[in-house]
Amino acid sequence: MKNRTGITAIMVASVFGMTCLGCLSGDGAKIIKVSAKRFEYSPQQITLKKGTPVVFQFTTEDRTHGFNVPSMNLRADIVPGKITELKLTPQQTGEFDFFCDIFCGSGHEGMNGKIIVTE
Amino acid sequence: MNKEIDRREFLKLTSIGGVVFISGLSGQPALSLPFGKTKDFFFVQLSDTHWGFEGAKINPDAKGTLIKAVKEVNSLEQKPDFIVFTGDLTQTTDETNLRKARMKEFKQIVGELDTKVVHFMPGEHDASLDRGETYKDFFGETHYTFDHKGVHFITIDNVSDPTGSIGEEQLEWLKTDLAQQKPDSNIVVLTHRPLFDLYPQWDWATRDGAKAIDLLMPFQNVTVFYGHIHQENHHMTGHIAHHSAKSLMLPMPLAGSTPKRQPIPWSTSEPYKGMGFRNVLSQSKLDQYQLSEYPIKEDAIV
Ligand SMILES: [Cu+2]
Ligand SMILES: [Fe+2]
Repeated sequence: MKNRTGITAIMVASVFGMTCLGCLSGDGAKIIKVSAKRFEYSPQQITLKKGTPVVFQFTTEDRTHGFNVPSMNLRADIVPGKITELKLTPQQTGEFDFFCDIFCGSGHEGMNGKIIVTE
Repeated sequence: MNKEIDRREFLKLTSIGGVVFISGLSGQPALSLPFGKTKDFFFVQLSDTHWGFEGAKINPDAKGTLIKAVKEVNSLEQKPDFIVFTGDLTQTTDETNLRKARMKEFKQIVGELDTKVVHFMPGEHDASLDRGETYKDFFGETHYTFDHKGVHFITIDNVSDPTGSIGEEQLEWLKTDLAQQKPDSNIVVLTHRPLFDLYPQWDWATRDGAKAIDLLMPFQNVTVFYGHIHQENHHMTGHIAHHSAKSLMLPMPLAGSTPKRQPIPWSTSEPYKGMGFRNVLSQSKLDQYQLSEYPIKEDAIV
């Protein structure tokens, strides 16, 4: 299991490696890694720049979680053993709450965070 | 209960501190309406009892609130024909044995209700971690229908799927069931999560709830009673009224009124504030429902 995850990670990294080293995705967007576990995200606060494209890469340390930002119309399932990607180019400045929308146990209601978009 | 409901008694009850709310299209004040003579009945809605919850700052009487509510329902002068629990009967746990113990205790406590017809449904705390398996062992099916004095009740399960969805299979079932109803049938939907987008930022929604509302829309007399948000809320989607009930464990703040979705702390000056249950009067002649809200009283000594 551990091995497989490792391989997936390497494969993803090498795909990105072709056009950009390290922090940028294939189309030049900044990669933001978000890891989920019961009952928190890491990081809990994500600061982005308006108009700058990013790619979220979600992983989970335990079970399936959700990532939902209703005010941005953005959501994803975060499934074990997989990196889930979501693209975003924020169009508006402000604070946007995200939360887990797949029930994950006693503490689920407190699993949330914030995206802050600055000029 | 084929006798006319005593209007004075009802007035007295509602004036004790209950809120009266009328669903349906009428803008008339609730108590100016005449009571129908036949087929009228009461049912009580209790919700979000979260049996097993612990948190002295939120509810120092976590083991007593439900018991008090049972006593108060038993002492209602307007006797309900049946009782519904709209989900989150128990607080969730990862341990199956503890879940079973909580469900067993819950069942014992509500077994003390004088009203013997009780309809249950799960909330995400009961059913989302094991897709309703343990729940079904104790309480039976998670979605079903029943008819009572000319009203067709439909219980919709939007929690056994941990994404908070009804699912295509159940929507098909709903469609088939509704196909047997007339456009003017009296339909009451009982469910846990709001079917409409009340406040998705706090997960106060059902992912495919709009599909259920679409199926219900052709029917003229539809009312939805639900739980999950731990407070009263009255909302219309077109002509369909949605009423949420208070919790019997932990009250929640108004949507978006606090930075985090967290329960309201216990008030020592107003114990049990924000908790309670409701008695619903179904009036056949008016196709309307009158809701009376009851608080939990401290002196309901058990
Ligand atoms: Cu709930
Ligand atoms: Fe609840």
